[in-house]
Amino acid sequence: MSPEELEQIAEDQRAANDQYSHHANVCVAAGCMSCQSQSVKDSIDKEIVRRGWARKCQSKGTGCMGLCSEGPLVSTGTGTLYQQVTPSDASEILDALDTEPAGRLICRPDVPFFQRQKKIVLENSGIVDPERIEDYVGSAGYGALIRVLTEMTPSEVVQEVVKSGLRGRGGAGYPTGLKWSTVSKAVGTPKYVICNADEGDPGAFMDRSVLESDPHRVLEGMLIAAYAVGASEGFIYVRAEYPLAIKRLRTAIRQAERLGLVGASICGTRFSFRVDLRLGAGALVCGEETALIASVEGKRGTPRPRPPYPAQEGLFGAPTLINKVETFANIQPIIRNGGDWYAKIGTEKSKGTKVFALAGRVMNTGLVEVPMGITLREIVFDIGGGIPDGRAFKAVQTGGPSGGCLPAEYLDMPVDYESLAKAGSIMGSGGMIVMDETSCMVDVAKYFMDFCMTESCGKCVPCRVGTYQMNGLLGKITERTAGPEDVAMLEELCDLLKHTSLCGLGQSAPNPVVSTLRYFADEYKSHIIEKRCPAGVCGSHASEEAL
Amino acid sequence: MITDFSKPTPPSLDKRWRLVDATMRRLGNHSRGLIEALHTVQETFGYLDEGALRYVAISLRVPLSRAYGVATFYHFFTLKPAGEHTCVVCMGTACYIKGAPQLLSAVQRDLDIKPGETTSDNKVSLLTARCLGSCGLARAVVYDNEVAGKVATKDLRERLVKWTGHVS
Repeated sequence: MSPEELEQIAEDQRAANDQYSHHANVCVAAGCMSCQSQSVKDSIDKEIVRRGWARKCQSKGTGCMGLCSEGPLVSTGTGTLYQQVTPSDASEILDALDTEPAGRLICRPDVPFFQRQKKIVLENSGIVDPERIEDYVGSAGYGALIRVLTEMTPSEVVQEVVKSGLRGRGGAGYPTGLKWSTVSKAVGTPKYVICNADEGDPGAFMDRSVLESDPHRVLEGMLIAAYAVGASEGFIYVRAEYPLAIKRLRTAIRQAERLGLVGASICGTRFSFRVDLRLGAGALVCGEETALIASVEGKRGTPRPRPPYPAQEGLFGAPTLINKVETFANIQPIIRNGGDWYAKIGTEKSKGTKVFALAGRVMNTGLVEVPMGITLREIVFDIGGGIPDGRAFKAVQTGGPSGGCLPAEYLDMPVDYESLAKAGSIMGSGGMIVMDETSCMVDVAKYFMDFCMTESCGKCVPCRVGTYQMNGLLGKITERTAGPEDVAMLEELCDLLKHTSLCGLGQSAPNPVVSTLRYFADEYKSHIIEKRCPAGVCGSHASEEAL
Repeated sequence: MITDFSKPTPPSLDKRWRLVDATMRRLGNHSRGLIEALHTVQETFGYLDEGALRYVAISLRVPLSRAYGVATFYHFFTLKPAGEHTCVVCMGTACYIKGAPQLLSAVQRDLDIKPGETTSDNKVSLLTARCLGSCGLARAVVYDNEVAGKVATKDLRERLVKWTGHVS
C-alpha cells in the first residue's frame, strides 16, 4: 500500500459518505448492545429498504457515544441524538430526518454532559464504523502512520511524543516520551511493543470502549510506537471477558494486514511489524507490567522485582515497550497535530485529556473525556448531572482498588496526577465511582480489600498475608466486634504493605483503607464505639443471606 | 518427568481436539502458547479436565504442574463443567455500590448454591464476575452470554424460574 493508494481509499470513502443525504448511526458498543441496539439497527436497515431509501440514507453501527445509561443511542448526521431507542422507533426516526427531530426520543446535545467534554481519544467514537477500516481511513486514519514512515526518523517521532508531555494512562503517569526513548536506546533485537488492554480495575471500562469503538486508532498508535522504538513484533494483551473488543481487534488486524499496513515492509519501507492478540484470563495483577509479560509468555502472571525494567529486559528477555490502550490512542492526534498542540491542553504537569468511566450513584453514567485540570465537581455535578433521588454526595472513588475515596471537601480540586496523589488517591486507569449517603465507607474499604486479597498473586508475603489480615480486621469492624486496637493494627499493616510489597498491587492495596481512615474516621468510630453502621449497610447483606 | 516427546494422542476421538491442535500449532507448539491453548480448550469444551490438561501439557512439553498451576491461577479457567444455564452476577465497584450483594444473596437463597457452584439438577451455574465493564448499566448480570443491564431482583428471579421451571 503506497501513501497515494491510501489517500485514494480515503477519498473514495468520503465520496461514498457524501452521496447519502441522511445518516443514522447506531451505537454498537457493548453498553448499548446489552440494551438490544443491534435489533434497533436491524430495524432501521429494514425500514430503509422498505422505503427504498438505500441511496439516500446510510445506516451504520458506530462506537460508544458516551451516555451509556440512556442507551441504545442513535445519532443522525445533523447532530440530533436519540436516547432509549427501541426497534419500533425506526420509522419515526426516519420520518424525522427530513423534518423536525422526533421530540419524544431526543437527547439534547447542548447539555453539559456533552458540552464540557473535550474529545481527542474518543473523537471517532460514535462516528466511524469500528468494523470497517475504510471508514477509519476516511477520517484521516493511518495518515499519521504514513507521515511517520515517509517523513520522520524514529528519533523525531520520540521527540514529538516527548514534546507533547503525554504521560502513561495506566495510573502512575510515567512520561510516555521518556519510556519510548529508553526502549529505543536499549540494545538488543528483536524488540517488542505490548498494548496493555487488561483492564482489571473494577468500575473502569474506558479501554473496552476504545477498543470496541475505534480499534484501528490503537493499532495505529502501536505501529507508530514500534517504528519509533525499532520493534518488529507486538502483542495486544486483552481481557478474555471482553469478547466484543476481541472480535473487533481481530477484524481490525486482519483488515490492516490486507491493506499492507501491518506485516512486512509496510508502505514499501523497510519497517515491518507483526501484531497478535493474547487473551488475559482474569487476573488483576496482570495489569502490572512484569506480570503481564509473564502472562504473555504463557506463565502464571506473577510480577518480578525491577530493575531490570521491561525497557531493558522484557518479553522473552528482549527490550519491550508497554503502554495502555488510552496512551496508544493519544499517539495519532499527537503526530497529526504536533506535540506542541497537545501540550497546550491540560495543566502544567498533566497534559491532554483523560477518559473517565463515570459510574455509581450519579445521574449520567457513561464514558466521558475531559481536559486535565477540570475539577471533580464539574465532572460529578455538571457532566454527571449530580446525585439522583435528591440524596447527598458522599465520596468519589478514583483508581479502583489502588486508589482512594475523596470526600466533598476535595470536589473543587483539579483532576491531575499530582493533585490526586496528594489527596491520597491516584489517577488510575480512569474508573470514577460516585457514592452517596447510602454507601458505608468501611464497607467500601472492605470491598476493595477483599478484591486485593483474592487478586494477590501470592508471590510476596506482605501482600499475600497482609491483605488477608487486613480483610479480616475490616470484617471485624463491619461486624462491629472490633476494638480500637484493631484500627491501630490496621494502620500498621497499611504502612507495612505500602513499603514492603513487591509490586504495585500490594503497595497500593492499602490506599482505600488509608483514604477512608483519613477522611471518614467518624464512620470507623461509629462501627467500633457505638457499634452501629451510620449508612445502615453493614450487616444488611449478612441478614439477607441468613434468611 | 515426561521423556517421550512424540506427539501425544488426544484424550478422545472427539474431532474438536483439532481446534486445540490448530491453536498450539499456530504458536509453534511452544510452551509460551500454554494460555492460548487452554483458552481454546475451554472455549471448545466448556471447561478444563485432567485429560485436557495432560494433553496440552505433553503437547507443549511443559510439566503438568505448570499447566495445572496456570489453569488454577487465572479466574477465567474452570475445572468443572457448567450447568445448562449460567448466571454471572457482576460484582464490580459500580454494581456493588448499586446493590449487587443483595442481588447475589437473593440468587444464592433461591437456588441454594454459592458462587462457583451448580444446582444439583445441573440446570443453573452461579458465577460472579470482577467487572464486566458495563458499569454504566449497573447492576449487570450475564444470562448465558447475554449481558443485561439495570437488573432488578425481580427480573433475575423471573429468569431463574424460567430456567429451573419451578419457584423455590
